Amino acid sequence: MREITFSEAINEGLREEMARNPMVVTLGEDIAAIGGNFGVTKGLLEEFGPERVKDTPISEDAIVGLSLGASMVGVRPVAEIMFSTFLGCCMEELSNQVGAIRYMNGGQITTPVVIRTCNSLGRSGAAQHSGRNEAWIVHTPGIKVVIPSTPYDAKGLLKTAIRADDPVVFFEHALLYYGAKGPVPEEDYTIPFGVADVKREGDDVTIVAYQMMVHKALEAAEILAEEGIEVEVVDPRTLVPLDVGTIVGSVKKTNRLIIASEECGRAGVNGEIAFRVIEEAFDYLDAPIARVTAANVPVPFSPPLEEFMMPKVEDIVEVAKRLMG
Amino acid sequence: MTLSKEKHAELYEAMLRIRRFEETAIDVFSQGKIPGFIHSYIGEEAIAVGVCGALEPTDYITGTHRGHGHCLAKGMRMDRMFAELYGKATGYNKGKGGSMHISDFGCGLLGCNGIVAGGIGLATGAAWGSQYKKDGRVVACFFGDGASNRGSFHEAINMGSIWSLPILYVVEANSWAISLSTSAAINLTHLSERAKSYGIPGADIDGYDVLAVHEAAESAVARARRGEGPTLLVCYAPRIRGHEEGDPQTYRPKGDIKKAKKNDPLPRYRSFLLDNEILDQARLKDIEEGVEAEVKAALKFADESPYPAPEEALDDLFVEGVS
Repeated sequence: MREITFSEAINEGLREEMARNPMVVTLGEDIAAIGGNFGVTKGLLEEFGPERVKDTPISEDAIVGLSLGASMVGVRPVAEIMFSTFLGCCMEELSNQVGAIRYMNGGQITTPVVIRTCNSLGRSGAAQHSGRNEAWIVHTPGIKVVIPSTPYDAKGLLKTAIRADDPVVFFEHALLYYGAKGPVPEEDYTIPFGVADVKREGDDVTIVAYQMMVHKALEAAEILAEEGIEVEVVDPRTLVPLDVGTIVGSVKKTNRLIIASEECGRAGVNGEIAFRVIEEAFDYLDAPIARVTAANVPVPFSPPLEEFMMPKVEDIVEVAKRLMG
Repeated sequence: MTLSKEKHAELYEAMLRIRRFEETAIDVFSQGKIPGFIHSYIGEEAIAVGVCGALEPTDYITGTHRGHGHCLAKGMRMDRMFAELYGKATGYNKGKGGSMHISDFGCGLLGCNGIVAGGIGLATGAAWGSQYKKDGRVVACFFGDGASNRGSFHEAINMGSIWSLPILYVVEANSWAISLSTSAAINLTHLSERAKSYGIPGADIDGYDVLAVHEAAESAVARARRGEGPTLLVCYAPRIRGHEEGDPQTYRPKGDIKKAKKNDPLPRYRSFLLDNEILDQARLKDIEEGVEAEVKAALKFADESPYPAPEEALDDLFVEGVS
C-alpha cells in the first residue's frame, strides 16, 4: 500500500468529503490562500473555490459561532482553529453553544460541525503555542473528541467526523503532520468512533496512549521487549466516545496499566481513563495505575526546560519496569 | 409609510400577545409555579414585533435570555411556551431549556441564548448558510446594548460585514445591563455609530415606536435580500421592569422608571390606532379578547401537562450514542 503523511491524509479526507457532499465547507485562519499554517489544506481553494474554502479574520469565537450557526441551517462546516491553545479564545462557543445547543433545545436540531485543531507540545512554542487541551473538550458534554495518531486513523476518522450529525473536535498534532507517515488505502474508508486500536500486543503491561504518545509508547515497547517485558499499546483514537471495553479487556490480560498523554497530569484524560479501569477492573490490577504525562506547569520555551517537563520514552520505560517490580 | 389596516391589527395583536404573556408569566412566577428566573420583555414589544413584522415566515431570528418576545413575535404558540417555562414535557424544549432558551426551529427561531451575545455568532452563521445555499433568507439577530460590549459581537458583526451577509443586527438598547447604565459602559451617545467601524449602515430608532422599528427593519431586510449586507439597528427602549423579576432596581435614579413607563409602547400604539381611526374600539376589543382566551387556554395546557420522566435528562445529547 502507498504511504502518505498525516498532513496528506487529513488533506485527502477533507477533499474527498467536500467532493462527496456540496454542503461541506471549510474555514479558518490562513487555510485558503496559503493552504494553512501547516499546509494541511493546500489545494482546496483551487479545487473548490472561495465560497467553500474561506479565509477568516483572526476571530476564533466567530469561526466557531458561525460554523455552529451554519450547521443549524444545513451546512456542514469544517473549521480550523490553528493551535489548540487558541481554543481558549472560543471556549464560550464550544462549551456553552456547540456542546449545549442541541440538548437545551430538546433535540430539535442537529449540529454537524467539525472543529479541527492542532496540539503542538515539543516545538519550542512556549506556553501559548504548545497546546494539549483535549481534556477541556472531553469535560464538555455534547462534543465528540477525536485524537488520531497515524495517517490511516486520521483520514478514516476525519471522514466519519464530517459525515456525523454530532459536533466533533478533531485534534491533530503539529509534529505528526510531517513526522508520521504510513499506509493509507486509496479507496474510500471510514473508522467508527469509540473503537480503540491495539497498536502492539503484549502480555505484561498495558499502555493506553493517544496521539503523539502512541509513538513514544511504541518506542518504549521496543526497548522493554529487549528486557523481556511485553507491552500492549492501546490507542483509544477517540476520547468521546471512549472504548472502555478494549482498555479494560487489555488490563484484565496484563494486570498492569500505564496511561501516557502529553497533557498536564492533573485532572486530565489520564485520570478519567484510570477511573474507568478502577470501576471495571480494580480486582485485576497487580500494581497501582501509573501515568506518564507532562508536569503541571505552562510549557517553557528553552529546549532543555521543555524536554524536562514533557513525557518521554525513558519515562515510560522506567515506569513500566517499576510496575513489573 | 402606509401599512394596511390588517397589518396594523397584526402588529397590535403581536405586541399584546407578548405583553399579556409576560404579565401572566410574572404572575404565575410569583406564585412559585415557574422554576428558575424570568427576564421580562415588557416595554420592548415594539422591537421584536416591528422587526419580525418585516420578515417572511421562512426567515430566521435568534433571541436572548429576555426572549419570550422574540418567540411570540416569530409566531410561537403560548401553550408550549408556558409549558416550557413550567418545565413540562410538552414545552418546546421538552423541559430542557426553560425561560432563557425557549426555541422553535420549525418557525425559524434558531434559539434563545442565555449567554449575553451568545446568539450573534450563530445568527451570523445562519446568514452565511443562507448566503451559501442561496435560499434568499434573511436573519434578524436580537441582543442588548450590554451584549454589544462583548468580543463575540465584534467578531461576528465584522465577519457579517466583510462577507456581506443577509442579516440585521438589532440592538435592544434598554439602558441597563443588569445594574450598569449604558452611559457608564459605552463611550457613545448614539450607539449606531458603531456601525461605521464595520462599514455598514446603522440607525438609531425609538424602540417604543413599533412603526418606526418596522419601517427601519423593512429597509434593512430589503438591503439584506439584495445581497448588500448587514445593518445595525439600535432600538432605544429603556427598561420598564427589572433585569429579572424580583430585581428591586435600587441602582436606577429617581424618576427613571416612571419616565420609561410613560413611554410604554402599548398604550401609545393603541391610542395611535384609535386617534387615526385605523382600528376602532370594537376591533381592538376583539383582538384583546382573543389574546385573553389564548393566555387562559395556554396556562391551562401548561398546568395540566406532565413533567418529563426524570431519565429523559439523558436524552437529546447526541444523534448517535448516549454520552
